[in-house]
Amino acid sequence: MNCHDALLVQAYLDDELDAAQSLEVARHMEACERCGTYYRRLEATRGAMSHPQLRYQAPAYLRASILPAAPRTSAMTRRRPPAWGLALAASFLALAAIGSFGLLRGTGPRQDAMVAEAISGHMRSMQINHLIDVVSTDQHTVKPWFDGKLDFSPEVTDLAAEGFPLAGGRMDVLQGRSVAALVYRHRLHVINLYQWPAAGSTEPAATAADGYNSVSWTEGGMAFIAVSNVAPDALDAFVAAFRGRNSLRNESKR
Amino acid sequence: MPALLAAMSPAPDRHRTARFEACFLPHLDAAWNLARWLARSDADAEDALQESMLRALRYFDSFNGENPRVWLLAIVRNTTWTLIAKKPGQGVHESLDEDLHLLVDGGPTPEAIALVASDIAVLQSALDTLPAPLREIVVLRELEGFSYKEIATITSLKIGTVMSRLARARERLAAELVRSPLEVSP
Ligand SMILES: [Zn+2]
Repeated sequence: MNCHDALLVQAYLDDELDAAQSLEVARHMEACERCGTYYRRLEATRGAMSHPQLRYQAPAYLRASILPAAPRTSAMTRRRPPAWGLALAASFLALAAIGSFGLLRGTGPRQDAMVAEAISGHMRSMQINHLIDVVSTDQHTVKPWFDGKLDFSPEVTDLAAEGFPLAGGRMDVLQGRSVAALVYRHRLHVINLYQWPAAGSTEPAATAADGYNSVSWTEGGMAFIAVSNVAPDALDAFVAAFRGRNSLRNESKR
Repeated sequence: MPALLAAMSPAPDRHRTARFEACFLPHLDAAWNLARWLARSDADAEDALQESMLRALRYFDSFNGENPRVWLLAIVRNTTWTLIAKKPGQGVHESLDEDLHLLVDGGPTPEAIALVASDIAVLQSALDTLPAPLREIVVLRELEGFSYKEIATITSLKIGTVMSRLARARERLAAELVRSPLEVSP
């Protein structure tokens, strides 16, 4: 790469390069002190901008004045949840979407009115604090927590190094089946990873509905669905990171 | 008391409103965050957001169902700039030297890079004082996590412009917020 191509270094930071380009930039930065320093400056700046208080929260009164649904808005007003809480609320919509009409069957973004009502009703009935039953960033705490609660042992892996720190886990039910739900964070977003035992093997398949993206796949005796409102490529990166860690671990077990 | 959307919906339609909510409620904070950073006051941001939600509801039928966050924020961005443009000396048309004087050569070349500021007030003021065309890109990238392509869609800018503005914005922020250890020590 050209040493003066600052935008390429920046694109590397922003995860906007394909694998070959990334490799090239990474190699160049190992050898080139100037580009390495520039990269660290960018990284430090991004670190500064990731301060959670920089993101403004919609004031409760505004939420209430914009949205017609009184029950939910009054609940929101009382709680004044932090960014985290709102992210949780948002991810509940994803859960509602799955539970009520089957995101996975490829329902398009234009649901009929009944479905919209179902989502809306579901949203109102949701309690923010139900997202996480066990709050821990430690996989060795989260994994044993599921023991005895499920008839299987879920794969639990922290992905903090890859930018997806584990936040905790909970029990859930999808279409009548008890499943494990792991909760990961990515910047200000929440990713739910559902899993349960399943035979066979399928490659990751992506769907999108109502602003939520999901990726589902089956491998190693387990079915997985990741759901989030992060961008599709971020969710793909998450899935790749999770699968990468898991295959490494499963190999070392043998 | 009927709330805004219920009252202003052209053909009051419960189902349509419910669908609208399901699409955009999850992105209300993102919308507010953008409006607030662009407008730089609660009152202006509030006007901008109210107006944006009305427009979004009006144009909802033309929404193709893909990426509601991008669709909504494009409306918020344009609406906010339109409102701000009525005030002197502000807004997205603030003058900006588009030449890219970067940068790899310019910075210090220390072993380590240190943040000088983690104080929220300092961070806030650093971002607040960026020229509007740079500020909006930083908010969309660093605070909302949009991709270059999504930012280009929201702002109707070319992707190359997004990239160079982002680099310039970061350079300015770095100049204020990031020092080498040598510079930090007295
Ligand atoms: Zn170089």
